[in-house]
Amino acid sequence: METIVFSTLNGVLYGLLLFMLSSGLTLIFSMMGVLNFAHASFYMLGAYFAYAIGATTGFWAAMLLAPILVAGVGALVERYGLRNVHRHGHVAELLFTFGIAFLIEEIVKLIWGRNPVPYSPPAVLQQPLFTLWGTQYPSFRVFMMIVAVLMFITLWLMLKKTRIGLIVQAALTHPHMVGHLGHNVPLVFMGVFAVGCGMAALAGVIGGALLVTDPAMALTLGPIVFVVVVVGGMGSLGGAFVASILIGLIQTFAVAVDASLSDLLARFGVMVSNRSDLGRITLAQVAPMLPFLLLVLVLIFRPRGLMGARES
Amino acid sequence: MSRTSTLRTLAVWVAFAAVLLVLPMVFTSRTSLTVMNVMGIWMVFALAYNMLLGQSGMLSFGHAVYFGLGGYAAIHLIVAIKAQRLGIPVFAVPLVGFMAGMAAGALIGWFSCRRSGTPFAMISLGIGELVAAAGFMFVSVFGGEEGISGDRSAGPRIFGLTLGPQIHVFYFIAFWMFVSTLAMWAFTKTPLGRLANAVRDNPDRVAFIGYDPQRIRFLVFLISGGFAGLAGALSAVNFEIINPETLGAQGSGAVLLMTFIGGAGVFYGPIIGAAIITFMQSMLSDFTKVWQLYLGLLFVVMVLFAPFGIGGMVARILGAVKRGELAEKLPGWLLGTLGGLTAFFGAVMVIEMAYRIREGGRPFRAFGRDFVHTSPLNWLLAGIIVAAGIAIVTIAVRWRQRGTLGAALRFREVAP
Amino acid sequence: MTRIDRRQFVGSALAATALTGMPALAQGEPIRIAYIDPLSGPFANVGDNGLKQFQFEAARINASGGINGRKMEVVGFDNKTNPKEAIVQLEKAIDQGFRFVSQGNGSSVAAAIIEAVDKHNERNPNQSMLYLNYAAVDPAFTNDKCSFWHFRFDADADMKMAAMTDYLKGLANIKKVYIIGQDYSFGKAVADSAVAMLKIKRPDIEIVGNELHPLGRVRDFVPYITKMRAAGAQAVITGNWGTDMTLLIKAASDTGFNVPFLTYYGGGLGAPTAMGKSAIGLVKQITEWHANIENIGMDQVVTDFKKLHNLDYYYFRVKVMFDMLAAAMKKANSSDPKAVALALEGLEIDTPTGKAMMQKENHQLIQPLYISTFAENVKFDLENTGFGFKTDVRIEGPATVTPTTCRMQRPAA
Repeated sequence: METIVFSTLNGVLYGLLLFMLSSGLTLIFSMMGVLNFAHASFYMLGAYFAYAIGATTGFWAAMLLAPILVAGVGALVERYGLRNVHRHGHVAELLFTFGIAFLIEEIVKLIWGRNPVPYSPPAVLQQPLFTLWGTQYPSFRVFMMIVAVLMFITLWLMLKKTRIGLIVQAALTHPHMVGHLGHNVPLVFMGVFAVGCGMAALAGVIGGALLVTDPAMALTLGPIVFVVVVVGGMGSLGGAFVASILIGLIQTFAVAVDASLSDLLARFGVMVSNRSDLGRITLAQVAPMLPFLLLVLVLIFRPRGLMGARES
Repeated sequence: MSRTSTLRTLAVWVAFAAVLLVLPMVFTSRTSLTVMNVMGIWMVFALAYNMLLGQSGMLSFGHAVYFGLGGYAAIHLIVAIKAQRLGIPVFAVPLVGFMAGMAAGALIGWFSCRRSGTPFAMISLGIGELVAAAGFMFVSVFGGEEGISGDRSAGPRIFGLTLGPQIHVFYFIAFWMFVSTLAMWAFTKTPLGRLANAVRDNPDRVAFIGYDPQRIRFLVFLISGGFAGLAGALSAVNFEIINPETLGAQGSGAVLLMTFIGGAGVFYGPIIGAAIITFMQSMLSDFTKVWQLYLGLLFVVMVLFAPFGIGGMVARILGAVKRGELAEKLPGWLLGTLGGLTAFFGAVMVIEMAYRIREGGRPFRAFGRDFVHTSPLNWLLAGIIVAAGIAIVTIAVRWRQRGTLGAALRFREVAP
Repeated sequence: MTRIDRRQFVGSALAATALTGMPALAQGEPIRIAYIDPLSGPFANVGDNGLKQFQFEAARINASGGINGRKMEVVGFDNKTNPKEAIVQLEKAIDQGFRFVSQGNGSSVAAAIIEAVDKHNERNPNQSMLYLNYAAVDPAFTNDKCSFWHFRFDADADMKMAAMTDYLKGLANIKKVYIIGQDYSFGKAVADSAVAMLKIKRPDIEIVGNELHPLGRVRDFVPYITKMRAAGAQAVITGNWGTDMTLLIKAASDTGFNVPFLTYYGGGLGAPTAMGKSAIGLVKQITEWHANIENIGMDQVVTDFKKLHNLDYYYFRVKVMFDMLAAAMKKANSSDPKAVALALEGLEIDTPTGKAMMQKENHQLIQPLYISTFAENVKFDLENTGFGFKTDVRIEGPATVTPTTCRMQRPAA
C-alpha cells in the first residue's frame, strides 16, 4: 500500500516535470515539424537565468523573469537562425538545433563555470508539507505539481478558447491553409517557438531547484523529452500530458519492482542462473531505460503516437 | 563514361594511394602517426555514415552502435587469436568487423528502415540509447566500463607487418581505408547506389517505377552498417581496447558532425570532415580549453551559411575552374574569406577573454600582443573586429548577388 | 608538428617559472610529468583542479631545490575522459619526451593507460614510461591486472570499504544496511566488497537492499529513497559520484530520510555546492585527508592554495605522490622510469598524516584513512559553502591492507 501510494505520487510528480518540459516541444514539433534538440538547453537556460536573477531579486521575481528572457532568446534563435535554415529542409533544421544545444552548453560553461551552482528553492517551500508513514513530503514538490497543472490548464484554455489559440491550432494541422487565409505564419511560428522555449525555461526554474543545476542538466534530460513528444503524438497536448505521466509512472513503478529476468523465465519453466549477466538484471535496474524501449516500440507499431492526429 | 574521364578517375585513385604511401615519410613523428591513424578510422566511419545521410537522406543518431559492435567483434577475435592460436592474421580482422556491423544492421534495420525522416532518426536515437546502456550491463560481452583489450601483434603476419609499431598500424589502416573508400565509391556507381539517391529525393516516384523504397533503404543501411563495423574493427586494432562508451551518443554525434562539416553532398566531403575534426579534437585542446565551443560555433555557422560543407566549397571551386569562371568569382570569394577570418578572430578574442574572466591564467596572446580581459578597450576592439568581419562578408555576398563591387557597397539595392 | 611542440614546451616552461616565481636555478632538463586527464567536457572541472594541484606541488618541490638538481614540470593533456583519446594523448606525450604520466579520473581510462604503457614498454624497452595513478580506484589494478609500470597513490575501493566496515563495527545500533550504486564496474565492485566484508565483520547486519541504477540517467531518486525506507535501512553505502550522488542526497534530505550515507565521493568537486545544507550530518566520506584534520601542519597549504587559485586543496595524495617520487629519485639517483619504479617499491616516507608506504608486491600505497561527516561551523569550508568535513574516526594504514592476487612481472635487470 505504502509503496503504491508513494510510487504513484512520485511517478505523477516526475511525469508532470516531464510534461512541463515537453509541452513546449510538442507545440513546436507539431507546428514546424522541427524536433528541437536544443529544447532541453532552454530548460537549462531557465534554471541558470533564475539562479542569476534570483540572486538579486529573489525566487519569485526570477520565476517570472527567467522564462520571459529565455522566450526572448528563443525568438531570436528562431528569427535569425531556424528561419534561415528552414529552406534547406528538415535535416538541416535538426542539425541546427543540435548545434545550438552544443553551443548553449558551452556558453553556460563559459559564463557560470563547469561546477553545479547553488540554486535551491526558497526557504518557504523547503519545509515538509505533510508526513505519510514517516516520509516527509516537501512542499516544493507539491508546488511544482500545482504549477504544472496550472500550466496545462492555461495552455489548454488558450488553445481552445482564444483567437490566437485557434490560429495556432489551425497552423498545427494546416499551416499552408492558415497562410493562405492571410495570417502571418512566420510570426506565429516565432511566437510559438518563443512560448515553447519560455515553458521549457519555467520547467528549468523549478526543475533546477528541485534537482541540480549544472551544465550537464540539458544533456541528461534531452533525449527523454523526445520520447514524451513522440510517444504522445504529433500536435497533441493531451497526448504529451498522458505520455509524460505514463513514463513517470512506468519508471517509478519499475524501480519498486525487484523481479529479474530469471524470475520471470522461471515462471515459464526456463531456468536461467541469476548470477549470469542476463539473469541478474532486474526491472528496477533497467527502469530508466524503459522510456527508450517504449519510444522504439511506439515508432514501430503506432507511429502517430498515443493520441497523435497524424504521422509526421 | 568516356575514356578520358575514366583515365582521370584512375589517376585520382592512383594519386590517393601514392599520398597514403608517402604520408608517413613526410610526417614521421609519433604524434602525427597517431593522429593520422585516428583520422583514417574516422574517415571510413564518416564515409559509411554518409551513405545514409548524404546518399540516401537517412539521418541517424545512433550509428556508433554498428561501429562499436564491429569493434567488439574484432577485439574478441583478436583476443581469441592470441589465446587459442587461431592462425588468423590480425590483418584480416576488419572483415569480421564488417560482417558484425552488417549483421547488427540487418537486425536493427529490419524494423527501423520501415520508417524514414524524423521517425527513422528517432528510432536510431532510441536504439542507440538502449544499446549503449546494454553495453554497460552485459559485462561478459562488453567487458564493463573498462572494456576489452587485446594484443594486435599476435597471430600470423601479412606483408611482413607485425602491427606492433605505429608505422605498421598506419599502413594497415591506410590499406583498409583505401579499399573501403574505393568500395564505397564504387557503390555510388551501382544501380543500388543510384536508387538510394532516388529514394532520398523522391521515394514515391521510386515506388511508382517498381522498386520498394523500404527495401532499398534497408540494403543501404546494411552496407553502411558493415563499413561502420569495419571502421570499428580498425579502431579496435589501433587502440587495442574497446569499451561500451564506443557504442554511445558521443560517437554518433561526432560522426554526424564530421560528415556534415565535411559536406554530405560530395563523396569526399566526409574524408575532409574526418580529417579536420580529428585534428581539432587531438591538437586544439593543447591551445585552448574551450575548443568545444569553437567546434560548436563552426558547426552552427556551417549549418547556417554553408550547409554544403567544406567539400561543397571545394566542389564549387573545382566547378568554377572547370567552367573558366575562377577569375570572375575569385575576388568575391577571397573577400568573403577575409571577412570570415576577421570575424572569426574577433570571436576568438571575445571567447578567450570571456574564458579568462572565470578561470584566470595568462592573457590571450595574438600577433605578439597580450589582450587582457580586464581592459574594456580590448572588448571594444573585439566587438569592432567582429562587426568589421561581418560587414566584409556582407559586402562579399552582395557583390555576388548584385554583380559589381560598387553596387555591393550601396546600402540599398538599386533597381536596374 | 615540431613547431607546435616547441611552442607548447616554451609556453609551459614559462608558466612553471611564473608559478614558482623563481629563476631557473636547477640544472639540466626538467623532469616532466604528463597529466592526462579531462581538461574539457563534463569532467573538466575535476581535471582542471587536479592539474592546478599538480603544478602547485611541482612548484613546491622546485622551490626547495628540485630533485637531484633538476626541476619538475607538469604539462596537461586533455583526454576528454575517453580511453581512446587518452591513448592518443599518451602517444603525444611519449613523442614529446615525457617519461612519467599521471591520470586519475575514470577507471576505464586508467585501464587503457595501463595496457598502453605496458605494451609500449614491451615494444620500446629503451623508452619506458611510468604511470602514476592518483585516483582510479578499481581494485583490479593492484590485483589481477597489476603491472610493474603502474603505481597507485589512492586507497582502492576495497581498502576504503574495509575501512568503512571497520567503522560500522563500532556502530552496534545499525542492523540494516542498504547498498546502492551506479551500474558499472566500480558500482558493482563497491557492492560486492561491501557484501563480502560486512559478512565477515558484522554478520549480524542484514543487507536489506542491493541496488544498481544506470550511470547518470536517474533524475529523481525519491523512488529509491522510498524503497530504502520501506526496507527499513539504517545506513546506506554508496559508491555514487557526480550528480548521481548529489541527487541521491537531495532526495533523501527532501523526504526526511535521515540515516548516515557512507560515500566514497561525498566531498568530490561540486558535490558540496550541489548538496548544500541538505547533506549536513547525513553524508560521510572516506578519504586519506580532509582540510579539518587538526594539528598536522597543513593549514598553511590549504590557505595558500585557496589564495592562489580560489579552489580547495583536495588531493592530499598528490602531495604524498610528489614527495615519494622525489624520495625515490634521490634514492635511485636517477630519473629513469625503471630505476624510479624499483626505488619506489617498498619505499616508506613520513607525511603529515603519518607513515605512507608503497607496497612492493602490488604497487599500492598504504596510508592512514579518515572517515568524516559533512558539517557546519568548520575551520575550512568547501567551495565557499560554509560547510566542510569533520573527522569521525581515523583508520591506521596497516588496518586498510587487503590481500592481493597480484603476480608482479618485473622486467629483467
